[in-house]
Amino acid sequence: MAFPFLTVLGLIPLVFAVIVALSKPRAGRSIGFVGSLLTAGYAFALIAYFKMGVLSFGESVPWLPSLGSSFSLDLDGMGLVMVAITVFLVPAVLLAEWKTGVGAVGRFSSKTFVALVLLVQSFSLFTFMSFDLLVFYVFFEATLIPMYFLIGGWGGQRRGKAAAKFLIFGLAGGLIMLVGVIGTWVLTAATSAPSLGFLDLAAQDFGASPTTKLIFICFFVAFALKAPMVPGHIWLPDAASESTPGGAALMVGILDKLGTFGMIRVCIGIFPGESAWATPVILILAVISILYGAFAAIGSKNLMRLIAYTSISHFGFMVMGIFALTSQSLSGSIFYMVNHALATGALYLVIGFLITKRGSAFVDDFGGVVKIAPIAAGFTLVAGLASVALPGTAPFVSEFMAIAGTWTRYPWIAGIAVLGTVLAAVYILWTYQRIMTGPVTEATQTHITSDLSWRERLALIPLVIAILVLGFWPQPVLDEVAPTTAYYMSAASATDPGAEIEEGR
Amino acid sequence: MTPDFITPVLDYLLLAPFLIVLGAACVGILVEAFVPRGGRFYTQVVVSVLGLVSALGVILWRWGSDGQGLIDPWKDNIVTGTLIIDGPAQVFWTIIFGFGLIAVISFAERRVHAGATAFTPTAAAIPGSKAESEAAQAGLIHSEIFPLALFSMAGMAMLVSANDLLMLFLGLEILSLPLYVMVGMSRHRRLVSQEAALKYFLLGAAASAIFLFGVAFLFGYSGSFAYDRLVETITFTSGGEGLLLGGIGLIGVGLLFKIGAVPFHSWVPDVYQGAPTPVTAFMSICTKAAAVGGFLRLFYVALGGFRWTWQPIFAGVAILTIFVGAIIAINQKDIKRVLAYSAITHAGFILVPLVGASTMDTGLIDGQAGSVASIMFYLVAYGFAAIGAFSIVSLVRKQGHEITDLSAWAGVGKRNPFVSVLFVIFLLSMAGIPLTAGFVGKFAAFAAAWQGGFAWLALAAILGAIIAVYIYIRVIQVMFFTEPDEGADEVELAVPGVATWIVLTVCMLGTIGLGLVPGPLLELLQNASAFIIPAK
Repeated sequence: MAFPFLTVLGLIPLVFAVIVALSKPRAGRSIGFVGSLLTAGYAFALIAYFKMGVLSFGESVPWLPSLGSSFSLDLDGMGLVMVAITVFLVPAVLLAEWKTGVGAVGRFSSKTFVALVLLVQSFSLFTFMSFDLLVFYVFFEATLIPMYFLIGGWGGQRRGKAAAKFLIFGLAGGLIMLVGVIGTWVLTAATSAPSLGFLDLAAQDFGASPTTKLIFICFFVAFALKAPMVPGHIWLPDAASESTPGGAALMVGILDKLGTFGMIRVCIGIFPGESAWATPVILILAVISILYGAFAAIGSKNLMRLIAYTSISHFGFMVMGIFALTSQSLSGSIFYMVNHALATGALYLVIGFLITKRGSAFVDDFGGVVKIAPIAAGFTLVAGLASVALPGTAPFVSEFMAIAGTWTRYPWIAGIAVLGTVLAAVYILWTYQRIMTGPVTEATQTHITSDLSWRERLALIPLVIAILVLGFWPQPVLDEVAPTTAYYMSAASATDPGAEIEEGR
Repeated sequence: MTPDFITPVLDYLLLAPFLIVLGAACVGILVEAFVPRGGRFYTQVVVSVLGLVSALGVILWRWGSDGQGLIDPWKDNIVTGTLIIDGPAQVFWTIIFGFGLIAVISFAERRVHAGATAFTPTAAAIPGSKAESEAAQAGLIHSEIFPLALFSMAGMAMLVSANDLLMLFLGLEILSLPLYVMVGMSRHRRLVSQEAALKYFLLGAAASAIFLFGVAFLFGYSGSFAYDRLVETITFTSGGEGLLLGGIGLIGVGLLFKIGAVPFHSWVPDVYQGAPTPVTAFMSICTKAAAVGGFLRLFYVALGGFRWTWQPIFAGVAILTIFVGAIIAINQKDIKRVLAYSAITHAGFILVPLVGASTMDTGLIDGQAGSVASIMFYLVAYGFAAIGAFSIVSLVRKQGHEITDLSAWAGVGKRNPFVSVLFVIFLLSMAGIPLTAGFVGKFAAFAAAWQGGFAWLALAAILGAIIAVYIYIRVIQVMFFTEPDEGADEVELAVPGVATWIVLTVCMLGTIGLGLVPGPLLELLQNASAFIIPAK
């Protein structure tokens, strides 16, 4: 058997997590940071070799043969870009949260934070790489536990309750999905070649029956709880606002993507017929999410909650693009998964720095920050405008593709969704205006005494660069994603309506 | 005319594991009588550990068809006709002796109790009396707990390989009687312990009587105690279904009582709380495994042909058990009661694949895990988690006494991260979270039920599992994210001795190991899951 490159990729952060947990507090976070850099280096080297055609991925060993499951990992275009963004974001998060837990009395130490972040990274990498339904499920669920401790261990006053809410929603969603996994196994067990491999499942035709519909619903509900769609979103604002900014960036940027990722992998890939059956309802829910998230963000007084609500809106766009099922909208949604991690990650981190300085997350407690901390304000503006999907930033490309692609099939849905982009301008710019501009308030004066430190800038710069580069030159990612899109389009036997409509790049 | 006396021919090698455990128990009694007090405790530990290890060794040495047998039983071999040693029996013996061994090792823990054990210095003294404190000061130790546990295990072994209603009953009684005594031997809170013992004894005796009544019904129906006669009568005879149904119901009550299923569960929380914690650990897995093993053979082999009738009944029991256990557990304030109600819930989860009855006879495809293998796997997974969790419960102490109030556990996680993380792992395994053995157990179990045609039961069970998750989250929440009250400083985690470390290490390796690499064990169990069905 060939060397298991992908397993090693998932294991590096895991091993480092263990080392960090066993090391001394001071050394721990440095070791962890080095580990995250090493993971990133290894991952990008793998991708480069893969692109050169030197390597091929794909490894599979029997894991639970009597239940049809193999430990098979592989990378398609979608998995590859998600792996890339995961290894890219984690070092930034660790750098941004460098001081979390240091010297805090009665709280958990900083090395525990780092170890948990690395655990989350390891489990998410395995989820993105898995090509077996049961393995996917196992790691999908496993991410919840370290994330639970990340929320509950460090963060706001009510973090314990928020963490419990996060875990209960997560596990409930997971168990609902378990119904789907077991049901899929029962379906495939009755065939001549029982297997839970994604490709094998996609090749099997289970027909349409109430059972397949039930299984589909279970999967979709679980993913909709994860990539929070209204009405399954209610855990997110609490979890995000009580978490540390880095934890929130990790949760919204990476973990919630598992939901949209799963919708493509499982819902479209294995149950295309049922997906088509449910599409009208899903699209309506997606549009509701877009608008609800936007309005809730406008009305939100707490910055962390505000960003959480904007994410609900953005996830609405992704889901809409996925289920509109045109190659443009699907590519756009996958690309959006990357961009959203960058934009929201950056926004969470920079706003987190300000909140730490100010000691409050409420919009009203800020004012005139731009005069004291112009660099922080600049980063906020870039990250915020990326979140609005301003042309020139990467999210613009993806959001445009998602909407334009949807337009070709469901013009009404796309038309209403466009309102979301208008509202986005309101919630970001208005917020920016309130916290950054105007006269310097007394509170700002006393609490925010310095601009971003070099460490903080260093955490943000790669993200901002990526946002801008991908904004002007999205082609590498789009090329990477194109085969995946084509695969899922053919899996769903979907064709683009009106092939004459030109690509909206 | 007197019939000729036929000398029973026993295959001693086949029975060796059972006989070794029984023999070790008898040696244990002699040790009590002849070994001087000072050396008694460790002699007992050595005797019981050696006995169990060699019994396990014999089982593993003769694993597979070598160690299985039913050698022409109805002509010249009475004993193997009444006891069957087949694949499932070997597995259940391994489970019982294996987890029994772990539990016995935890009996030997003395460091936590400052040189004493978890058991009362003298069970005969009145709680709080002068005689008791004198005995405590003299450092007396009840080492009888070891032979008692061995006797109980011998009964369990008999129960799971019984091929005859009377043997089933004998096994049930041999396993119960020593347990009644063991439950009453707690060092701490002796009144609660004695009350638990009395309650267990009275209810257990009633359950046994009901069970025996059921045996009489089935005897009336088939004219024999033997399982094969039952099979024959169900297959070829019509009439007398009333007797059959009554017998099934009454025997079911007796076995469900031991399993701890609702509505025969009311003893579980009190007994689990009152019993010495190591004994609770022992009961939570070994008693349950034995009762499930006996239940499986009786209902799959002897009453398999009557499946359509008993499946709906036990489906109802399973649902009731899962939900009652899970919902009541949420409100408990004592960690041992929380774990007791969680044990009830687990009994319900085990009944789910049992009802599904996905076996070769019902169309299971070769090479897939069916009901029997998944139940066995579930028991193994639960065993590691339960024994591990109870061992940690006995470490949390206040002023030298075990403290089980959940409120006292607040903040334990921050002060003793290592042991707390272990506890979290055990709880997560019970909750069925992936990467632990418990997840694979739940997955296989529910899949077996669904494959057996009970999709709705699997759905209901998963709904129950969602509620049950909250039980464990609540405990984790208290341990890590609740600020301790006043006086919490006095609560400490005792430093575990060697015995507890062995137990915790084994349980952790089992829980994580089977979560990561479940394939080989599941396959092993699957290959051993076919019951030998005696046929004429």
